[in-house]
Amino acid sequence: MGLTLAEKILSKRAGREVRAGELVVVEVDQVMVVDSIAGSFFRRLEQLQATPRFPEKVSIVIDHVAPAANVEVAKAQKEIREWGNRHGCRVFDVGRGICHQVLIEERLALPGGIVLGSDSHSTTYGGIACFGSGMGATDIALAAASGRTWLRVPETVKVTFRGSLSPGTTAKDAALEMIRVLTADGATYMSIEMHLVDGAETLSRSQRLTLANLTVEAGAKCGLVVPSGEVLELYPIPEWLYPDEDAVYAKQVEIDLSTLTPRVSVPFYVDNVEEVAQVKGKKVDQVFVGTCTNGRLDDLHEVAAILKGRKVAPGVRMLVIPASSEVLEQATADGTLLTLLQAGATLGTPGCGPCMGRHQGVLAPGEVCVSTSNRNFKGRMGAADAEIYLASPRVAAATAIAGYITTPEELEVGHA
Amino acid sequence: MPRVWKFGDAINTDDILPGKYAPFMVGEDRFHTYAFAHLRPDFAQGYQPGDVLVTGKNTGLGSSREYAPEALRKLGLKAIVAKSYARIFYRNLINLGIMPFEAPEVVDALQDGDLVELDFEQGLLRRGTETFRLRPPPAFLLEALKEGSILEYYRKYGRFPGESAEG
Repeated sequence: MGLTLAEKILSKRAGREVRAGELVVVEVDQVMVVDSIAGSFFRRLEQLQATPRFPEKVSIVIDHVAPAANVEVAKAQKEIREWGNRHGCRVFDVGRGICHQVLIEERLALPGGIVLGSDSHSTTYGGIACFGSGMGATDIALAAASGRTWLRVPETVKVTFRGSLSPGTTAKDAALEMIRVLTADGATYMSIEMHLVDGAETLSRSQRLTLANLTVEAGAKCGLVVPSGEVLELYPIPEWLYPDEDAVYAKQVEIDLSTLTPRVSVPFYVDNVEEVAQVKGKKVDQVFVGTCTNGRLDDLHEVAAILKGRKVAPGVRMLVIPASSEVLEQATADGTLLTLLQAGATLGTPGCGPCMGRHQGVLAPGEVCVSTSNRNFKGRMGAADAEIYLASPRVAAATAIAGYITTPEELEVGHA
Repeated sequence: MPRVWKFGDAINTDDILPGKYAPFMVGEDRFHTYAFAHLRPDFAQGYQPGDVLVTGKNTGLGSSREYAPEALRKLGLKAIVAKSYARIFYRNLINLGIMPFEAPEVVDALQDGDLVELDFEQGLLRRGTETFRLRPPPAFLLEALKEGSILEYYRKYGRFPGESAEG
């Protein structure tokens, strides 16, 4: 019997063939720490009486509250800079961007590698077939101290995305559809292995990162996209980095991209996914475009194409927060930002923004927000009863113009 | 006597500790006072050390924030009885030395406010004259918990439970 992609990566690293269910201790390529847990990370290393075994394999990213929103945060971030200097670890400071995007851009996450992050959306690295997994402060501290971690080799759910995306849909819609089909605990402890076939292999690296990003919302340990298309051009792909044809899967699911319709995740659970048509007309107070899910250049391009020559509806706040300084620079250079600003959008510092309700756009009681992010839990972005609808950048842009949830296509009809 | 605090399915880490009350936002000394602030505002005040948390399916889904279960431990939580756990949360519980029991039928049998006694070693939960048997977590994890936590284990042995000494 053959091996899945997760089994391939863990076998390679373990130096022996390992299969689902076994426990392995493996070396990790990069340990990523975010600002919000850095303090816990430092205290645990102190408790271990240890320092990072390989300082060059530890990166700290100041992104969850960047720039600092209060004195407590400012103190925590000051400690990060001092600690990073003292131990020779990389610190990506305020404005560089969201941890996952930064590690991709810096090529610290690479195909076939293993990256552990102190952020649940570390599954994102799987977009380039890098075994990325989120863990808490203790596991992350142990990984930094030892250079390795323990993992149970996961069972795998195979998701085949077939065909080309139907007009008006995006990788975000495909990802939300996957979460709807699998449900919020449908892949708990498992790897989601994504196969792009019959046209779907043309999905870009950015779109693959969106797919992998959302896999944690089905409970997955990692979400690996089998290398193809653009990823083959961007990276050298080792020959072994493919699943075997006779690999064993716990579950198999197919999603036909050619018949997909725009999706929205309705409060208060991510797997509560409906067609946009079913919630069309819902009035919104805020639209947020950004995050590790959908804050990349192609996302901003999609938004700009819809906003061009139009205005954000009166009474709607439209926040755009590029995922990284690189994205911000490119969107400035190619004129995208001017289009957004002329339409009435406003900009935030590259980083996580209001995604977890700490700053830069927290919601008041009763408010409604359409967000391109990844979680719509109760109270996630502020007040407990504020509502978050998760959607693609296209739907977010159309909603900002209309003032209620809609698609760009409906907008055309309405304006005709 | 300790009591049961019962919650439903899909209790996420934003429920357990909303992001805006993270220790680095409000201070290491205060964050635990916001546990379940949105979902059950009387929880942090009313919780007594040793009280048992009883939850449904997919407990602890969402963010990897270890300070969510850490807030519960700071309030004195030593064990959770759940129908099932999300992955990162499960590891975090083990790492913090909070015992993650998995027992769907026991969860169904218990009610909020029940007075109970929990014997960790034996895996027995008593309510009045009734006794419920809880399946212990995997041996790998119990080995770590014997030292108090996986941190203590690693500090003592310089390796992970089950890993060969020269590893």
